[in-house]
Amino acid sequence: MTAATLKTSRGRWSAASGSNRTRGLWLAGLVVLPLVFVFLSVTIGTRNVGWADIAAGIGGAQDNIGRAAVALRIPRTFLALLAGGALGLAGAIMQGVTRNPLADPGILGVNMGASLAVVVGVAWFGMSSAYAYIWTAIAGAGGAAIFVYTIGSLGRGGATPLKLALAGAATSVAFASLVIAIVLPRGDIAGGIQSWQIGGVGGATYQRILPVLPFLAVGFAISLLSARKLNSLALGDDLAAGLGENVAVARAVASLGAILLCGATTAICGPIGFLGLVVPHVCRLLIGVDHRWLLPFSALGGACLLLAADVLGRIVARPAEIDVGIITALIGAPFFIWIVRNQRVRDL
Amino acid sequence: MTAHSSTINAVIANRRGRTRRYAVVLSVLLVLVVAVFAVTLAVGQSVTPPGDVLRVLLGEEVAGASFSVGQLRLPRAVLSILAGLCFGLGGVAFQVMLRNPLASPDIIGITSGAGAAAVFAIVVLSMSGPIVSVFAIVAGLGVALLVYGLSFRNGVAGTRLILVGIGVSAMLQSVIAYILQSAPAWSLQEAMRWLTGSVNGAKLDQALPLLFALLFFGGVLLSRSRDLEALRLGDDMAAALGTRVSRTRMLVIVAAVGLIASATAATGPIAFVAFLSGPIAGRIVRNDGSLLIPSALTGAVLVLAADYVGQHLLPGRYPVGVVTGALGAPYLIYLIIRVNRIGGSL
Repeated sequence: MTAATLKTSRGRWSAASGSNRTRGLWLAGLVVLPLVFVFLSVTIGTRNVGWADIAAGIGGAQDNIGRAAVALRIPRTFLALLAGGALGLAGAIMQGVTRNPLADPGILGVNMGASLAVVVGVAWFGMSSAYAYIWTAIAGAGGAAIFVYTIGSLGRGGATPLKLALAGAATSVAFASLVIAIVLPRGDIAGGIQSWQIGGVGGATYQRILPVLPFLAVGFAISLLSARKLNSLALGDDLAAGLGENVAVARAVASLGAILLCGATTAICGPIGFLGLVVPHVCRLLIGVDHRWLLPFSALGGACLLLAADVLGRIVARPAEIDVGIITALIGAPFFIWIVRNQRVRDL
Repeated sequence: MTAHSSTINAVIANRRGRTRRYAVVLSVLLVLVVAVFAVTLAVGQSVTPPGDVLRVLLGEEVAGASFSVGQLRLPRAVLSILAGLCFGLGGVAFQVMLRNPLASPDIIGITSGAGAAAVFAIVVLSMSGPIVSVFAIVAGLGVALLVYGLSFRNGVAGTRLILVGIGVSAMLQSVIAYILQSAPAWSLQEAMRWLTGSVNGAKLDQALPLLFALLFFGGVLLSRSRDLEALRLGDDMAAALGTRVSRTRMLVIVAAVGLIASATAATGPIAFVAFLSGPIAGRIVRNDGSLLIPSALTGAVLVLAADYVGQHLLPGRYPVGVVTGALGAPYLIYLIIRVNRIGGSL
């Protein structure tokens, strides 16, 4: 069933995916687009700031509120770029590894697993250092990924897209409820429930971003390098094995990359869902299914989308802000429903 | 001839046995509700003698007990029972009708829909009182129709309905989060109520509209009990047995949503009670009879007991939804494992 759905969707996509020239054009577009959003993200905020102050703020001056606000927007923009890129890429990897159009770090419960692990560490083991957060989050992400995949592949037919999505979504709901149960009575946990239930990039500082950079770098490297392996996997396990690919190792390596990305991102932003679902699908429509193109595109696209969502969250509810996790859920959930509707379903 | 009549006798005896067992199960559950109710009234920070509790219930002024029992514990316990009955009844109606324990209102987004509407009415429109419940019921119905409509494609497949519901639920949750975030007067108490459900600060006058909703919608649901049982066998079989399938389904959806939404408007979406009650009741009742009433009673016991545990038996005070959430989460995972392994049924 997986193969069948993949084939039909491929047919539709490959028609739209163009030659190298169109890919090049899109790539140029996707390099320019983040720059535009970076510009918007720095200039637009809850507070209106004049151009002179913006320039001064970018230069690092913090001597009035406007300049200080602009100075705060810069690390936030940087974090949104990183987190969006990581989640977009992780989504593409997960869809490739599981060959499941519904895969996404949020839907498969990976982000919530990371969140739960951090919350447990903070609440019960007094964890406080940034590195402890990150390692715990990565362990949680990995544990959740293995757990969900195991549950989803139990029973008849192995890991069908719907079974996997159901296992992930239910695990996510269960983890979210445990997060509430652990954090709610503890007023002392940084950020409270809100930030461990719904991800956001507000309040970012370089001190917080710096520790995750090496993890993200390794995650990006592993993920981008597994493009060729994912292309083989897309042919089906048998054919991939016939081409000399060690299927299990290929899956494990690519998943490791995605888990590093998700864990590190969740450790600083909290769980951001649906981004990794939407971005790879849109990118496939633009440039086709070749992972060597798809993966970098998904990373860039994710960065764009998260930045755009963050800017949107700052302007729609002035003077308040909406966390970016809320916006991505509002955009992504209808998309999720649309894909579910287009899946041919057999009842469980 | 004798063989024939002995078979009939065996069937009759079997049926009698099951009826008797069902009656026993019902009365045990009922006694359990009353017992937990009595304990929550009598034992709190301090222990009130049963005689005093009884006198307070009869309306007498008892020094020391009138406030703690009459003002604090009684409204709380009454609201817990009513909400538990509503969640248990509404939840199992959905699970039985859709033949899937995962298709409970709190998983497919109906509770979140009612919750989002209630929060919106209270925080943004500054409404209060029964109008909030009406708002919640309308929104719950809207979400139910939406989920049902979106998952309809040559018939409704259970898995698709649940996934669509989870997607809708994710959106509604973020609406709730957004409203709470932008609420002018951020109060943790309010937020807790809408995030996990709580009976903190319960008042007796909250209970009255909930009681009416329970009697009305519960009555409708119970009057359809036989048709609902028939639906368990599948739509075709139910139609063959003389059930008007779509009409029954419509009535059941309206009544169950009414129950869930009214309870949600009063206590917030108490996590997983609607989801847990049915399967627990199913384990107790087995195939002896309708699950509706046992599940409602199970819901009442769950909410009462979980609230008591959250208030008095844990270090610190937890709202009831945190306790039921911590109970429900592992069960949800277990259920997924079981459903995937052997295919699902209640």
